[in-house]
Amino acid sequence: MVDFGYTAHYDRQIDFDRNDKRVLEHLKQHEPSVLTCIACGGCTATCTAGHFTGFNIRLVQTLLRRGEIEPVKQEIGKCMLCGKCQLVCPRGVHMRNMILAIQTAITKLK
Amino acid sequence: MISFNLFVLPFLFGLIYGFFTVNRRLVLWVKTLPREERKSLWAGIRSRRVFPALGDILMECLVHRSLFKRNKLLGFMHMSFALGWFLLILFGNMESRIYSTSHVNPPYYPIFLKFFIHDKTILWFEINTVPGFFRFIMDFFLLFTLSGLGLALVKRKQPQWFGLKQVPHYQLTDKVAIGCLWLIFPLRLLAESFTNGYFAGGGGFITQHLGNTLVTLFPSVAIHIAYGFWWAYSLALGVFFVTLPFSRFMHIPSEFLLILFRHFGLGPKKVSTPFTDVEVHACSRCGVCIDVCQLGTAAGMFDVQAVYFIRSVRDNHVQRDLALRCLVCGRCQEVCPVRIHTDSIRLIERNRYTNDHASEFTYLKPGPVAHSEIIYFAGCMTHLTPGIIHAMKGILNQAGISYLFLDEQRTACCGRPLMLAGKHTQAISMMEHNRAEILSSGAKLLVTSCPICYRVFREEYGLSIRILHHSQYILELIKTGKIPLQSYYRKVAYHDPCDLGRGTSEYSAPRELLAKVADLTEVSEERADSLCCGGSLGIYTVSPAQRDLITKETLSRLTASQPEVLATACPLCKKTFAKHADIEVMDIAEMVFASIPTT
Repeated sequence: MVDFGYTAHYDRQIDFDRNDKRVLEHLKQHEPSVLTCIACGGCTATCTAGHFTGFNIRLVQTLLRRGEIEPVKQEIGKCMLCGKCQLVCPRGVHMRNMILAIQTAITKLK
Repeated sequence: MISFNLFVLPFLFGLIYGFFTVNRRLVLWVKTLPREERKSLWAGIRSRRVFPALGDILMECLVHRSLFKRNKLLGFMHMSFALGWFLLILFGNMESRIYSTSHVNPPYYPIFLKFFIHDKTILWFEINTVPGFFRFIMDFFLLFTLSGLGLALVKRKQPQWFGLKQVPHYQLTDKVAIGCLWLIFPLRLLAESFTNGYFAGGGGFITQHLGNTLVTLFPSVAIHIAYGFWWAYSLALGVFFVTLPFSRFMHIPSEFLLILFRHFGLGPKKVSTPFTDVEVHACSRCGVCIDVCQLGTAAGMFDVQAVYFIRSVRDNHVQRDLALRCLVCGRCQEVCPVRIHTDSIRLIERNRYTNDHASEFTYLKPGPVAHSEIIYFAGCMTHLTPGIIHAMKGILNQAGISYLFLDEQRTACCGRPLMLAGKHTQAISMMEHNRAEILSSGAKLLVTSCPICYRVFREEYGLSIRILHHSQYILELIKTGKIPLQSYYRKVAYHDPCDLGRGTSEYSAPRELLAKVADLTEVSEERADSLCCGGSLGIYTVSPAQRDLITKETLSRLTASQPEVLATACPLCKKTFAKHADIEVMDIAEMVFASIPTT
């Protein structure tokens, strides 16, 4: 196909009647510090796994808040748990437990 | 004639039940060992190496050598119970064989000997050897054991005399078993005294004199009271033996087996094995681990310590949060008198919660790696403390070293953080990636700035090349005269990082190195006793405020002598301390770099 320089955007509508907040609820219970996140993106900027892939912790948080857990399932296993994000977080979010809690919640969904 | 009385039945029942339950466990542990381990165990038992093992059993289980080293009073208390009771049983058996009226000696006979035999002076042994030997020695051992009981009661009120700040909380089974254990010896004393007093003979220097006095107090009913105490004594023994397999006292038979296991080459694995189970049961719940745990002393969490965690493993109800709430600093493991691998057990339990979700590192693709004899691997944490990287580059350039900075742009994590989460199987693919990169560079030496990486490179990577922490490497460079040093720090306190110190037993290189650029002051907790900085990657369920409490506690000890600089050898420690320290916190590499004369 000829590339005319245009891209087709996928439908980005979010159906709030269908969104799945189960993972977020689990997360709130097991690592409540996530609620203090100000989405500065420091975590994503320093991420070791982010150097190799598009792994983006801020995006993961956003997706969870929107209840879109399908893409989170694809992404969350890429984390190396190195803990750099936790050290740079200005809000003291316990990222490493957050990742484990998300992983646990997703495993429980299956 | 077989001596028998109904009161021996509770003891007899308890003994039989306890004996079979304990032995079933022991046999099951040995039977379920992996084939190789079982073979090496049998080979060990049949060889001469069994003698040092038995010596260790004697010194640890009876004399309680490790507890003596910690606190003499604590050691004596445990020794008087264990060794005192053992000697009572041993000499009681000898005595009963000598004075036996029958060829068949039932198991209760030595225990209740004084009920059955009252006058020994007419016997051959008494007349022809040392008169009253057994009467004296049995009373002496009873007194020895009772002194332990006295100390145990004092310990409840004054734990600090025993080198303890906290004593553990016990479960119901523990309380019943301890209650019985504490009753056994006073009841024996009273039963024997009343009997000896009534029959006016047969007792030693305590039981006879006490008995004579007691009988004058209750002249008409003395024999009935004595009989009552024999029943009570038998009941206390019986209940103790029945509760033993379900209480902390299961540590007695378990520790025997554990010492044999260790002597014959068995050790902890990354998954639960019979060895782990034996270790878990060998915990005596002495509570020594409570006082050293900073989650308690600094952050006020007194329900997470190794003693409680191991108990929950034994009872099969580990909570996720409890498994994840541990600094994995290794302090409890260091002081454990039974040398239980508390850290390994913690990671094994974490694995149950964290291994379900697969981590995928297929995105790590092997790329071209430049050839170099020496590799420098800074580590993730070091990338957050660029001062260390700057210093390392400066030092390596000064020494004229040609090296490859492997993770200058990007590289995978070393894998230890994943392993600390219990995801050891998932860490493998990541470690394989790093391993391939290291090997394809043709390196003969790997230098890292991070003790976390250093430990995992050494323990898990199976690399045949030299692996050094930068403190060791810089020391080598200085010794070979490759780095000139000029300036000097007046007063420096050094903090041993957990993974470098307790993790890889490297205490001397950083100190030797620091001595070249600074005056090192002593710190109250150092080397194996060193505190955690609070930044540990081992803990998951902790709030930032609780972490800060730990950091502040450690800082207050490290800066007690008001040093000019706080030195450490770990980027994570440095970053954690820097947040709260009033003085400058520097890595060893930075201090050396700053001491190089500028030309």
